Amino acid sequence: MPRLIAFCSGLLFAIGLGVAGMAQPSKVIAFLDVAGAWDPSLAFVMGGAIAIYAPVAWLLRRRSRTVLGSSLELPTATAIDRRLLFGAALFGVGWGLSGYCPGPALISLTTLATPALVFGLAMLTGMAMHALCQRK
Amino acid sequence: MPDPSAAPQFTPFASGLGGLMIGAASALLLAFNGRIAGISGILGGLMRAPLDREDRAWRLMFVAGLVTGGVLLGWWMPSAFETTPPVGWATLALGGFIVGLGTRLGSGCTSGHGVCGISRGSPRSLIATATFMATGFATVFVVRHVLG
Repeated sequence: MPRLIAFCSGLLFAIGLGVAGMAQPSKVIAFLDVAGAWDPSLAFVMGGAIAIYAPVAWLLRRRSRTVLGSSLELPTATAIDRRLLFGAALFGVGWGLSGYCPGPALISLTTLATPALVFGLAMLTGMAMHALCQRK
Repeated sequence: MPDPSAAPQFTPFASGLGGLMIGAASALLLAFNGRIAGISGILGGLMRAPLDREDRAWRLMFVAGLVTGGVLLGWWMPSAFETTPPVGWATLALGGFIVGLGTRLGSGCTSGHGVCGISRGSPRSLIATATFMATGFATVFVVRHVLG
C-alpha cells in the first residue's frame, strides 16, 4: 500500500508541476525576474500547495503514526546553520541560472530533450558528489 | 507560434491549480506514508548507503510516478515542457550541478522547504526558502539586467 501511495503521489505531483508551468524554465525565470517582465504566476503554485498541505499537516501534527499505522519519519533538525544557508543560497543561484529545480528537471527528462538531459545529469552529479562526501 | 519576445503570460488559475495538485500529492505522502515530499530529499535518499529495502522501494515508486506523470504530460500536454529553454548548455550544466549540490547541502528545495517545511511552520524551512528565493531573484537580476 505505501508503495502504491508513493507512486500515485509522484504521479499527481508531476501533473501538478506540468499544469502549474514549473517545467518551463522561461516561466520560472520570468517569476524570478522582478526587475523585468515579471510573471508572478508561480507564487500561486506555492500558495495553492500550502493551502492544501498546511491544514493536513496541522491535523496530523500530534500523530506518531500514519493513517496506515506506520511510523512517521519527519525531519527533526531545527538548527539554522551555515550548511543550510549556504546550500539554500547555492540552490537559488542554480535555479536562477537554469530555471530548473529538481522536480521539474526529473519530469523534463522524459522528453529526452538535450537541455533537460544536460541539466538532469549535472544535477544528479552534484547530488552524487554530496553523497560521496557524506560517506567518507 | 508564440512570440518569444512577448511579455510572459500571467496564469494564476493554471498555476494555482497545479499548486493544489502538488499540495494534495504531498499531503497523500505525509498522511499515508509519513514522508516529506521533497524531491531533492527523495532523490538524495536513494544515493545513501546503506539503504534499507522499504526505504528504497517507496522512493523508487515515487520517482516512477513522477516519470509516468512526465510521460503522460508529454502525450496530453506537451506545452508543459520547454524543449529549447532560453539557457545555453554550459549554463544548464553549471546550474544543474549547483542545484544538485545546493539542495543536498541545504537539505531541501522548493517542494521540501517551500511547500512542506513552510506548511509545517518550520523556521528552518522559512529561512531556507527566503534564502533560495533571494539568491534566485538576485541571480536572474544579475544575468538579465547587469550582465545582459
